[in-house]
Amino acid sequence: MESAVAYIGAKPRPSTWAGPIIDCDVHACVPSINAVLKYQPPLWVETTRERAWKGPSTASIYPPNAETSVRSEWRPESGVAASDVSMLQKHILDLTRSEYAILNCYYAVESLRHPDWAAVLASSVNDWLIENWLEKDSRLRASIVIPGRDPLAAAREIDRVGSHPGFVQVLLPVRSERPYGHRYFWPMFEAMVRHDLVAGIHWGGQTDGAPSPTGWASWHAEEMAAETQVFASQMTSLILEGVFQKFPQLRVSMLEGGFTWLPTWGWNLNKKWKGLRREVPWVNRLPTEIIREHIRFSAVPIDMGPPAHMRKIIEWLESDDMLMFATDYPHLHDDDMDDLLAVMPESMRANVMSETARRWYRL
Amino acid sequence: MSSTAPNNDAKRYVVARKDEIAEGGRIIVKVEDQEVGIYRLNGKFHAILNRCPHLKGPLCLGGVVSEVYSPMPGDIRGNPSKLFVTCPWHNWEFDVDTGQSYWSARGPRARLFPVEIEHGDEVTAELESGSVGRVPGPYKAEVVPVSLEADYLVLTMRGIPRS
Ligand code: FES
Repeated sequence: MESAVAYIGAKPRPSTWAGPIIDCDVHACVPSINAVLKYQPPLWVETTRERAWKGPSTASIYPPNAETSVRSEWRPESGVAASDVSMLQKHILDLTRSEYAILNCYYAVESLRHPDWAAVLASSVNDWLIENWLEKDSRLRASIVIPGRDPLAAAREIDRVGSHPGFVQVLLPVRSERPYGHRYFWPMFEAMVRHDLVAGIHWGGQTDGAPSPTGWASWHAEEMAAETQVFASQMTSLILEGVFQKFPQLRVSMLEGGFTWLPTWGWNLNKKWKGLRREVPWVNRLPTEIIREHIRFSAVPIDMGPPAHMRKIIEWLESDDMLMFATDYPHLHDDDMDDLLAVMPESMRANVMSETARRWYRL
Repeated sequence: MSSTAPNNDAKRYVVARKDEIAEGGRIIVKVEDQEVGIYRLNGKFHAILNRCPHLKGPLCLGGVVSEVYSPMPGDIRGNPSKLFVTCPWHNWEFDVDTGQSYWSARGPRARLFPVEIEHGDEVTAELESGSVGRVPGPYKAEVVPVSLEADYLVLTMRGIPRS
């Protein structure tokens, strides 16, 4: 059963954890535009052919040959990694014996500027996910793909598929046209609340904004490291714009953005709020309290530091109900989940491996 | 006045003539080695220790603001009858009536003192009997002179915290 395949560290599942696992972030990759054309009205199939459009490219976000994009053991002989449910089953689900895994399909729909076409494209990806993934394996749940440049169309798509029991989340690429807290996006959050869906802010996004708050990185390495800042910006925006006062039931997951930055960023936010709260008077309690109620983080990348320091970071989270295990299949993260489990109090382990996600996604 | 620490007994001091502080104004007086801001706000007098309960900033050198609150983003409301002093160091707001910090009911409170208006003849009698002390303001050379006709602000200090 156990193979030498590594996904986090060098083991198929953490050797120090025998209990249930819920994997809150695995990827489904659309292998080519042809895979989703069958879910589109003929007009758009024709439009695609007329223009010989090959579909959006995610290559700048996940360079196809980079080990960080696809771990070499998980590269298929031919075709696109993570593009078929059988790959996910073989590489991850059967080895980790996960009870559930949540699929995130980042297809860069927002890179298509045509508003009607983008909406059709997003719908077709969701229908592809339903037929080829959700209906093929009962362990799977998924995030709804939306046309991110058009919050009203996004809300319509959420209403269209939001009641499907397989969808538990809406995928929001972390780089967006503007910060997600802006009122412009509220119809989208309203739709999520209507269907009791989590907003999953996830690595990626190809709208006009640069991949760091101060501009374009020169290097892929720089972009990889700097994206944390965008997660912090989105979280700050959601809190200060009052999204959680407007939508008190809203749950947000920060996926693939790490978490080690959270305690110090929380102190920063608390401090600024104490002195400047008059400007955002709807924020009526400490930002860190709002975070603990409304936001959860995938425990990947761990960005593991020395164990003694990591222990402090875990303590500074001031909650054992904050992190959720993820493999981030098929991406490579070389942190070892066992190392993280080792620095956690006993009470936190079950939460991280399964129970926080179970409650958060109502599984 | 010389201070006798620790001071848990109430002591009263004549600190200013009422008309020395205009509506919305503030003076700072020194009593028992402590600086106290005396404010006249919405017709009422308030006395607040010039030491912020957060990190000991000079609280009374900050501003006075009215309450801003909001039940929902986009619905900002003001309440001009509820006032706060803001600390110049980290801008925390403290309720002038309760000393409570706006952001935390559990947090440290600004120290308030009772301040009363008494007529000159009363004050004169109390000064003579020694039940009320005179206070030189740090920004004024002289001890508050008392005349029979005017109204005076009399500050009650109890358990003055040491800096
Ligand atoms: S010292 Fe007054 S707010 Fe910090």
